[in-house]
Amino acid sequence: MFRNQYDTDVTTWSPAGRLFQVEYAMEAVKQGSAAIGLRSRTHVVLACVNKANNELSSHQKKIFKVDDHIGVAIAGLTADGRVLSRYMRSECINHAFTYESPLPVGRLVVQLADKAQVCTQRSWKRPYGVGLLVAGLDESGAHLYYNCPSGNYFEYQAFAIGSRSQAAKTYLERRFEKFMDSSRDDLVKDALIAIRETLQGERLTSNICTVAVVGVGEPFHILDQNTVQQLIDAFEIVAEEEPPAAEAGDAADQETAAGEGAPAEEGAAPMDI
Amino acid sequence: MTKQQANWSPYDNNGGSCVAIAGRDYCVIAADTRMSTGYSILTRDYSKISKLADKAVLASSGFQADIKALQKHLAARHLIYQHQHNKQMSCPAMAQLLSNTLYYKRFFPYYAFNVLGGLDSEGKGCVFTYDAVGSYERVGYSAQGSGSTLIMPFLDNQLKSPSPLLLPAQDAVTPLSELEAIDLVKTVFVSATERDIYTGDKVEIVILNAEGLRREFMDLRKD
Repeated sequence: MFRNQYDTDVTTWSPAGRLFQVEYAMEAVKQGSAAIGLRSRTHVVLACVNKANNELSSHQKKIFKVDDHIGVAIAGLTADGRVLSRYMRSECINHAFTYESPLPVGRLVVQLADKAQVCTQRSWKRPYGVGLLVAGLDESGAHLYYNCPSGNYFEYQAFAIGSRSQAAKTYLERRFEKFMDSSRDDLVKDALIAIRETLQGERLTSNICTVAVVGVGEPFHILDQNTVQQLIDAFEIVAEEEPPAAEAGDAADQETAAGEGAPAEEGAAPMDI
Repeated sequence: MTKQQANWSPYDNNGGSCVAIAGRDYCVIAADTRMSTGYSILTRDYSKISKLADKAVLASSGFQADIKALQKHLAARHLIYQHQHNKQMSCPAMAQLLSNTLYYKRFFPYYAFNVLGGLDSEGKGCVFTYDAVGSYERVGYSAQGSGSTLIMPFLDNQLKSPSPLLLPAQDAVTPLSELEAIDLVKTVFVSATERDIYTGDKVEIVILNAEGLRREFMDLRKD
């Protein structure tokens, strides 16, 4: 992206009809760690990569429960994401209070999009630097939406945002036609595989990813680490790319490599919030 | 010139009685299910008990429209608390929230006479009793509502601990077992039903203990 004389203010158009500040905000989303979502007729799954800044710190929370029937995964400026999650929770509570029924997902994303648009048309504000994957269930079925900093939103069968999300998108593009009729467990498995694609060869363990599910008869909840690790172990075949270790002989072994990897990383498990 | 009187009241009293008793490791919260207005019965099957949190159950008698609004308000606040703290509210915390919520409308009160029952952080039973504007106190047992004047003296007779000035210090919670407490509650409601016209039909009894929440019903006189 080039620096130019039309990018100082969000309220300044470029001659080509672009708002550079908004586009820069979308760049911030691309810098965040990956988050993916996919949905079937009855379930929606969100998954994200949790990268801690360094070994000593805990990882950032990227998936938030908004209501029993809605959850959101974020990528980008997580502080902005937290604030927007609080707004979404508040809207759901107020709607349920007034109408004694859950806020339809489509309404919530429109409210969110309108809120984001305001920040693209005020000289004293800046756009939110976070992309949101909103997963929810309402009377019209299961939904997955993506909300941009620009104030646009789209509904998706499956989507990935954040750094190296193109790898996940490629995987999802190959498989998305089957998702509508997938079972819940297949959907979770596909989510984990998509996450693995963004890791570019790094080992997938439950320490570095978070998975959440919402579905018919299943309120939004984040799966616990043990469940996720079991699911990973179930589909993880022989580790093709062993890290070039000094003990060449041992590293060339089969599933034991996967077994040894997990206990070694348990010591550095991120703190649970 | 005589002073103009109100030709309309924003309040109505839907009657009924509420009771709660705290035990060593349980809490019993009970209320009748009759809803009335004036000398008429609106329904014989209305619950005055509302579960606010895993360990906090509210029984309210008075103006049910205000009570419904109060319960909804508390439920919304509890949801916010859960989002912020990732856990359920404790009974003492809910007790304070209820008090603040009631006082907030000090100059147009909720016409609600509340008894909050539950388990504290040690798993012991706790009961909090309120007036309409939020004054509250933790006690071992309490009764509110139209039958409270009939019920409270009887509970005092059965449950009142000796003076707190005596040593060794006596616990406010009753040493009675859970089954004995439930039996006492049933007896109390049957007696109140005899003389209070606004109490009757059925009594709904909620028992909160370490295993969770249990609900019982018992028929009362319907006249």
